[in-house]
Amino acid sequence: MSKAHTIFLLKTVIHLLSAGLLANLYYQAIVDQLGADPVEAVLHFTGIGAFNLLLLSLTVSPLVKCFKWQILMKVRRLLGLYSFTYALCHVLSFLAFEVQFNWTLFIDEVIERPYITVGMSAFVILFALAVTSISRLKKQLGRHWQLLHNWVYLALLLIALHFYWSVKSEVIEPSIYVLICLVLLWLRKKKLTRRFTRRVH
Amino acid sequence: MTKNIGQPASWQLAENQVTDEAVYHSRRTLLKKLGFIGAGTLLSTNTQAIDWFSSKKPQVFNTSPLTFKAADTSKQTLTPESKVTSHNNFYEFGTGKSDPVKNAQSFNVDPWKLSITGLVEQPITLDYDDLFKRFTLEERIYRLRCVEAWSMVIPWIGFPLADILKQAKPLSKAKYVAFETLYDPKQMPGQNSRRIGGGIDYPYVEGLRLDEATHPLTLMSVGLYGKTLPAQNGAPIRLVVPWKYGFKSIKSIVSIKLVDKMPPTTWNILAPHEYGFYANVNPEVDHPRWSQASERRITTGGLFARNRIDTLPFNGYAEQVAHLYKNMDLTKYF
Ligand code: HEM
Repeated sequence: MSKAHTIFLLKTVIHLLSAGLLANLYYQAIVDQLGADPVEAVLHFTGIGAFNLLLLSLTVSPLVKCFKWQILMKVRRLLGLYSFTYALCHVLSFLAFEVQFNWTLFIDEVIERPYITVGMSAFVILFALAVTSISRLKKQLGRHWQLLHNWVYLALLLIALHFYWSVKSEVIEPSIYVLICLVLLWLRKKKLTRRFTRRVH
Repeated sequence: MTKNIGQPASWQLAENQVTDEAVYHSRRTLLKKLGFIGAGTLLSTNTQAIDWFSSKKPQVFNTSPLTFKAADTSKQTLTPESKVTSHNNFYEFGTGKSDPVKNAQSFNVDPWKLSITGLVEQPITLDYDDLFKRFTLEERIYRLRCVEAWSMVIPWIGFPLADILKQAKPLSKAKYVAFETLYDPKQMPGQNSRRIGGGIDYPYVEGLRLDEATHPLTLMSVGLYGKTLPAQNGAPIRLVVPWKYGFKSIKSIVSIKLVDKMPPTTWNILAPHEYGFYANVNPEVDHPRWSQASERRITTGGLFARNRIDTLPFNGYAEQVAHLYKNMDLTKYF
């Protein structure tokens, strides 16, 4: 299989899975076949989905480094953009189906509830990253692009915190996610400490 | 008016006469559940999917029709039975809302023993049959408001807790009532594993002040929608306190004890700043992490159901119960 073919195949799989699951989710939710409370189910699925996709996109470069699977670099942006898409669905579903366009309630929740504030901050970062992933903007930003996209690590931590904070008592699953995030950061410790010390000087 | 399903004289006769029908219904429910699980498995993160490769047939928890004094037709839209029995917080069977219906099917509740002890003149022990025979059963249509800001409207069947307490004759020293759920890790996977059980220390315990416990609205429920309780709803007997958040309504009760001091309660032990002893539904006092001013009423309709409604003080039962709390600072005693 040629390189172009492999990339095409990989991208097709990612599209089918990510978009397919999302379409199925909303279809089931709309026809009331998603458990007793479709709103909760949609929030859970899109939240976890966004997180999983972000983690996948951040495993790409360690895999490339380790196994020289250069080809994976070609799908990293797609994974990142799907993560944003899921996050967008998550936030919009909260607005449309959870608080049902009660804007005062929405704004109050974002301001007053720390775990929602944290989620919103992560969303703002993901939004900025998604917009600047357009090739033309990426070129224009030049060196600054990388600086900007390093914010993804902050977003990662904020999402882990948002998840941990959102549960009532079942902390094991979010704890596993926190652990995965820390491993991903640890794999980049050189890059991150370099950046940090350079700032200081 | 008496609702007789299969025209039996007592609930027990009913059970014998309609066995075929009951089996038929439970098969139907199983099919429905399989369909539901099919969709759920795809989406949930910690599913305990059916073990397709096991030679054992999946077990189904049987419910049987009850005879009771039916309630007046309610002006409120009921939450469909399928939703009442598939969306449950019962961490003994898993923390996901759809876990209990999957994990509780083999829960064995007969024989059962419920003891009423402590500061009483006349300690009582009820066995499984007593739960349905000893007291007059009646239907009550109550709103159930979960602390997570969703709610349902459920036709319960049961008898006032006051009826048991009257027979047990509380001593004058008795000030509170302490409840305990069955502790049986072999049957309740959440009690066996902190992961499945959400990190709660079991058994689940709850409590009421004696005047709350003897209030006529406080119900011991043994059924819903005309039949005995499904396992996931707290079979064979549970508490229903409609003006308090759902977690007060403890399930699968084995012990009721009259005591002189405020008893410990599970969620209060776990997070005292989030869950108080009283836990009265109160739109004025938010949960630290979300607003309690409104709620989503679960009835029919999917994602587009416009179901957000204002939450009422004491869940709409203020007229009946507000006097119990006069002169109390409800922001302090939340
Ligand atoms: C304004 C922004 C956001 C709001 C209002 C929001 C709201 C919520 C709410 C209400 C829950 C709890 C759902 C429940 O337990 O019923 C939740 C859970 C969650 N959110 Fe968000 N969120 C926001 C941003 C994000 C972002 C940007 C991400 C990830 C990219 C995210 C990922 C998650 C995850 C992983 C969970 C846990 C899912 C679960 O309970 O299984 N959230 N969010």
